[in-house]
Amino acid sequence: MKWLSSLVGMAILALASTAMAADVELSFYYPVAVGGPITKTIDGYAADFEKENPGIKIKAIYAGTYQDTLVKALTAFKSGEPPDVAVLLSTDMFTLIDEDAVMPFDPLLQSDADKAWAKSFYPAFMENSQTGGKTWGIPFQRSTIVMYWNKDAFKAAGLNPDKAPDNWDELVAYGQKLTKRDGSNVSQWGVEIPSTGFPYWLFQGLTTANGVRLMNDAGTETYFDKATVIEALQYWVDLSRKEKIQPTGTIEWGTTPKDFFERKTAIMWTTTGNLTNVKANAPFPFGVAMLPEHNGRGSPTGGGNFYLFKKMTAEKSAAAIKFVKWMTTPERAADWGIKTGYVAVRPDAWDTPALKQYVADFPAAAVARDQLKYAVAELSTHDNQRVTKALNDGLQAALNGTKTPEQAMKDAQQEATRILRSYK
Amino acid sequence: MGVEGDLFHEPSGEVGRLLPRSAGDAVAAASRRSNVVMSARWATNVNGWLLLLPSAVLLVTFTHYPAVATFIGSFFSTPKGARPAVFVGLDNYQAMIEDPIFWQALHNNIIYAVSTIPLTIVLALFMAVAVNAKLVGRSFMRLAFFTPTVLPMIAVANIWLFFYSPGYGLVDQVFSVFGVPAHNWLGDEHTALACLIVVAVWKDAGFFMIFYLAALQQISPNLSEAAALEGASRWYFFRRVTFPLLMPTTLFVLINAIINSFRLIDHIVVMTRGGPNNTTALLLYYIYEVGFKFWDTAFAATLTVVLLVLLAAMALGQFIFLDRRIHYQ
Amino acid sequence: MNAHLQTSRVSAALERTGAWLLAFLWVLPLAYALWAAIHPSAYSAHFTLNAPLTLENFVKAWNAAPFARYFMNTFMLVTMILTAQLVLCTLAAYAFARFKFYGRELAFVLVLLQLMIMPDVLIVENYRTMTAAGIVDTIPAIGLPYMASAFGIFLLRQTFKTVPSELDEAARVEGAGPLQVLLKLYVPLAKPIYIAYGLVSISYHWNNFLWPLIITNSVSTRPLTVGLQIFASSDQGIDWSLIAAATLMTSAPLLTAFLLFQRQFVQSFMRAGIR
Repeated sequence: MKWLSSLVGMAILALASTAMAADVELSFYYPVAVGGPITKTIDGYAADFEKENPGIKIKAIYAGTYQDTLVKALTAFKSGEPPDVAVLLSTDMFTLIDEDAVMPFDPLLQSDADKAWAKSFYPAFMENSQTGGKTWGIPFQRSTIVMYWNKDAFKAAGLNPDKAPDNWDELVAYGQKLTKRDGSNVSQWGVEIPSTGFPYWLFQGLTTANGVRLMNDAGTETYFDKATVIEALQYWVDLSRKEKIQPTGTIEWGTTPKDFFERKTAIMWTTTGNLTNVKANAPFPFGVAMLPEHNGRGSPTGGGNFYLFKKMTAEKSAAAIKFVKWMTTPERAADWGIKTGYVAVRPDAWDTPALKQYVADFPAAAVARDQLKYAVAELSTHDNQRVTKALNDGLQAALNGTKTPEQAMKDAQQEATRILRSYK
Repeated sequence: MGVEGDLFHEPSGEVGRLLPRSAGDAVAAASRRSNVVMSARWATNVNGWLLLLPSAVLLVTFTHYPAVATFIGSFFSTPKGARPAVFVGLDNYQAMIEDPIFWQALHNNIIYAVSTIPLTIVLALFMAVAVNAKLVGRSFMRLAFFTPTVLPMIAVANIWLFFYSPGYGLVDQVFSVFGVPAHNWLGDEHTALACLIVVAVWKDAGFFMIFYLAALQQISPNLSEAAALEGASRWYFFRRVTFPLLMPTTLFVLINAIINSFRLIDHIVVMTRGGPNNTTALLLYYIYEVGFKFWDTAFAATLTVVLLVLLAAMALGQFIFLDRRIHYQ
Repeated sequence: MNAHLQTSRVSAALERTGAWLLAFLWVLPLAYALWAAIHPSAYSAHFTLNAPLTLENFVKAWNAAPFARYFMNTFMLVTMILTAQLVLCTLAAYAFARFKFYGRELAFVLVLLQLMIMPDVLIVENYRTMTAAGIVDTIPAIGLPYMASAFGIFLLRQTFKTVPSELDEAARVEGAGPLQVLLKLYVPLAKPIYIAYGLVSISYHWNNFLWPLIITNSVSTRPLTVGLQIFASSDQGIDWSLIAAATLMTSAPLLTAFLLFQRQFVQSFMRAGIR
């Protein structure tokens, strides 16, 4: 019988080696609801990559929202069939590290050319991609917050339609002119800074301008109760409660663009990723500007990075790095930016003819890029979802008037400290 | 089928035929009969359990086992990366008691249940009575009342989101006609939960109406005619005759309404995600958040235990109540 | 007597008005969905009579997500669950109604427990079970927790108990086995129950969301509700025209089925005696 089992063993070995000699298949988790133009773009990239790199197959898995994709990727990882490459939120970095699910890029980048490539991205984007001296993510689809304003409304309020408020005081002054009241009702608000879903992100647009960071690079500490943070929140709350140029209570992220189109608000803060949408649907001329400054200027970055999952064979990881590099060439980054509205992730992408032409035709597209030099990392810590929830709850409580900004931020800080104590 | 038929053949018929014919046979027959009865009982047992088996396996796997596993899991920590789960005793419960969001979610859920349940039942009953009466356009009404049931909550929640949009939403558009200023319905801690309660009532009332309607149509019209001749008012008749007759339906509807108030959170996922500041977080939503966003399965299990205890307590209450009040044969 | 008649007339008028008002309120969301779906999105918050009509929202929505596949998934899911439920519940209900087996009372109580503790609240543990079984992201994984239904077992048991035992015995005397008796006698008599239960089950699972959301990963398994939610929740804000069109598309089968069969629907409930 022994000869039989060894024969079977040999057969299996032979089969396995032929399988290895055949294509390397990379599973690629990408966060998008399937269908629509983005899927087609990604499919197109994958096909082009396969053509240029015979022997590597890309199996794109479209898993839904970022949240869904993270869940799917982690579950798949735990069940022993991990993705090879995935685009996930840059803020998921600590979560992925804590789950021991991803590997750093550094060991795979040995040549000088490789090392130069890792340095070719905007530093603001790398903040959320590196920790502990290692690079865990490569920027792919990244965004920042910008300010959109309705030029007609500016004109009607006697403001220069081509000049956005440039600092906090101007925002209040403009807002007061833009807010239209009849009796107790307001038919047009000055400004809307949305506060559902991920209010912490928009809040960072205020804290950064106030010259304060919300966490350390190691993701083990938060600074929610610093005086400058409380001051930033006070300003946000005052827009509603003192200046009365913003609706009170929380403002729904999903309906803010519609509010803008419906002229319910003359100014809105939202992601650069909304540019295409606003361009298509705003029934009036609009402008795009950087967020107003206070003690400085700034916005958090947002969006997704490439991650490499553990448990890959050497062959696969070589193919994976090839794929990530191919996806982030200047030409591809430019093309991707034009097609989606995300910020092209490396400076040299903006020198490509395609993107130059695009910016010439549509200057608003460059605002996000110009803002990048003031951009900081999006809030990201260990046990990220919990910590951000603590902050979100505090922000919503303050905006609703149930807590003072000071109380809200002290409570949030206390909660965050409690959550993070085991990561010190 | 034939094979199974034989397999399941229950020899109860034989028992009938084996009755003793004379006193002389009685003793022998009695001993034989006890054998037969024994084997008949055995067959009944086997058949009964075999019939139940497929359902039992699934119920145990997906209801009883997870309930018990949840309870056990609540005494362990959440495994993370390389760290396996370890026994932590009551730590999770301690954390839960100290967690203000848990208390808020519990509080919200109780308010939500206490408002949706009676509102839904009263409206369902009113709808049923209205549709049962010979009103003009009652088939339209029946349709109007029932459509929310067939529409997916996830979809209609998006439509309700529009209704509640401050300023241009339908609610504010209608109110502005009466000079009521625009209100940030879902963004205000004081109104958000009430808005969700309205959606839940809207969704369920029509479904429960069907049960009441079915029950109403089985009440003899003679009763109400007789009552009318006696000079009893419609309201009196309803209170003294119809409503008591509908008691079993009300209890059935009540059970379903209670369950729904703890089970259905689709609209929260779409409309508020528990916000602002957790004022619309219901227990199950918080469990979902802890379990599938924070990945803290142990803490989610602990929260689930509370939900299970709540539901079990209500189930127990109903069993006792049901036993006394109505007879399901 | 006259005053009495008058108050009753007033109260009847009140009742009628109330009923109409309520019906109007209840149909409003659907009416709005219709409005938003057939007008350009600029009119989704403006109700003017001269708004232009369009079918473009349907086209856009249909192309924006693989709804055809979602439809198929939902259809398979609902069919699978219903078939399993009908078979399993019938067998179990028959056991409870007609077999005095050992442990029956306890077993029945344990079954009824599921009326309160539904799979919907055991998502965390059931997810773990599915992961262990390696069937996460499959259509059976969505359906399995619901296939044995306490509600179905309970309903059918009540009905089976009303079947006179003389009929049962007569059939047995003629040599029919228990399963034959079940099929020939009990099942036909319980037809209204099956219809009523089937309708409830279909609409429940067609619209179920949370568990499918958790357990599915991919287009090939996602049911309509989950597909719809992913479609509706975009970073770019809500476009009600598209959502309304998608809502109407996804609920159209159930909605038309109900429109066509509403009379039979209610009647089957009545005959089912679920009350």
